[in-house]
Amino acid sequence: MYVAVKGGEAAINNAHRLLADRRRGDRSLPSVTIEQIVEQLGLAVDRVMAEASLYDRTLAALAVRQSRGDLIEAIFLLRAYRTTLPRFGTSVPVDTAGMTVERRVSATYKDLPGGQLLGPTFDYTHRLLDPSLLSDEPIEEPARKSASGEHVMRVSDILAHEGLIEADGEFPEDNEAGDLTREPLEFPMGRDLRLQALARGDEGFLLALGYSTQRGYGRNHPFVGEVRIGEVEVELEVAELGFAISLGRIRVTECQMVNQFKGSSKAPPQFTRGYGLVFGQSERKAMSMSLVDRALRAEELGEDVTAPAQDEEFVISHSDNVQATGFVEHLKLPHYVDFQAELALVRKMRADIEKTRRDGNHNPDQEAAE
Amino acid sequence: MDPAEEIEPIVDLQGRRRAAGLLAQARMDELQAAWDTLPDRPEVKAVRGPETGLVMIRGRIGGGGAPFNLGEATVTRATILLPSGVAGHAHALGTDKAKARLAAIFDALWQERAKRDFVESTLLGPIEARIAAEDKRTAEETAATRVDFFTMVRGED
Repeated sequence: MYVAVKGGEAAINNAHRLLADRRRGDRSLPSVTIEQIVEQLGLAVDRVMAEASLYDRTLAALAVRQSRGDLIEAIFLLRAYRTTLPRFGTSVPVDTAGMTVERRVSATYKDLPGGQLLGPTFDYTHRLLDPSLLSDEPIEEPARKSASGEHVMRVSDILAHEGLIEADGEFPEDNEAGDLTREPLEFPMGRDLRLQALARGDEGFLLALGYSTQRGYGRNHPFVGEVRIGEVEVELEVAELGFAISLGRIRVTECQMVNQFKGSSKAPPQFTRGYGLVFGQSERKAMSMSLVDRALRAEELGEDVTAPAQDEEFVISHSDNVQATGFVEHLKLPHYVDFQAELALVRKMRADIEKTRRDGNHNPDQEAAE
Repeated sequence: MDPAEEIEPIVDLQGRRRAAGLLAQARMDELQAAWDTLPDRPEVKAVRGPETGLVMIRGRIGGGGAPFNLGEATVTRATILLPSGVAGHAHALGTDKAKARLAAIFDALWQERAKRDFVESTLLGPIEARIAAEDKRTAEETAATRVDFFTMVRGED
């Protein structure tokens, strides 16, 4: 018998009212504005945009505010919002070589065209808490130096000149990039779909998997060919006009990982690659993505699949934190009937054992509960 | 169509692309100020929108290889019609509908021979200058963080 129960309406309403109160916090303090979140918590906003797979700073900041800074909750809110909008079209692929570069570093070449541009980085800070930020002291303007205008050349292009590195990753001309928001996931999948999944994947999960490859679980000898951060133009073909127009710019982070070389009787040895591209400024995520992208190419490159990071179905099925949080967190919702059924089963089994014992006919192979 | 004489034929695709690109990066205050100073403001008929939707942004594997879907962005678009029969389109990242409507109006005005100079001098020129100044500033701030390597001289032995 299944008994439906209702209740909790007043409790739920009051809980949400309490949530709104706690979100606002102490009323004697000014409320944080969306503009302040965009400007001063920009990397939280970037993470929400990347993992929600929706580029919109204002809406991502709204989600951060609404979620009290719980970023996975914010990602969930933004993902839910995107389902309410129609899709106008698909952009022309962004040109990261033409990026307005704000940071670019290479761990493989010291002197390279465009130079090592540190940009606004946490690297080389001492990770000491800064007490001056407890108050609101004035911050000096950034230093400026006249720009050389030199093209910030891709590291992969430098190596490609000598044929020392594999090409960017080509598919046949007529291949249409897969879209996991439109078709259910099927394994094995193409590298295009994997990259889409990784670009929206949980930063912590991809970081841990990338780290696992460094510790020996699917080692792939990575070097950061380059990491670059900056703005790229988004262009859309507009049917009414018959040509592509610019919609504006977005900030992205790109990582070109250069990995262990491989050769065969037919091809001379050359470096292989992993690729990372992420909305906003997030080089930890872009680097993790490129490590995992490379690890997931194990089969394609004739390597043994032995480690979790190389297991496509495992990685891609568990990289989405909205799906993951939905399934984990649903456990706290009422399971009264399921649990009553289990409880009744355990009681019956115990009663059966008792009865068997009393009858002096002990059976140790009693079947265990599920 | 009689008003056609008033209209610059769209042979200058590059010019139209440039105008559309600048209008997409226009700020609301820039568009509003230009609209407020526009002599004899036309009656504008809304044809489509303004409406907000999504554009799937693509990247390329390895930076230059096969395309893949990176993620979506919000885009707001509008199409309007001027009394002259000229249609204006606007598409811009974000959700600002008032901005898309005004950008579509200026896209249409730019196509009219009599209004192009006004649109160029009041709106597009200043936007172009602002973006160039912002880019120059970013480039200079970035250039100041460029590493100058120097080699430590080692003893010869």
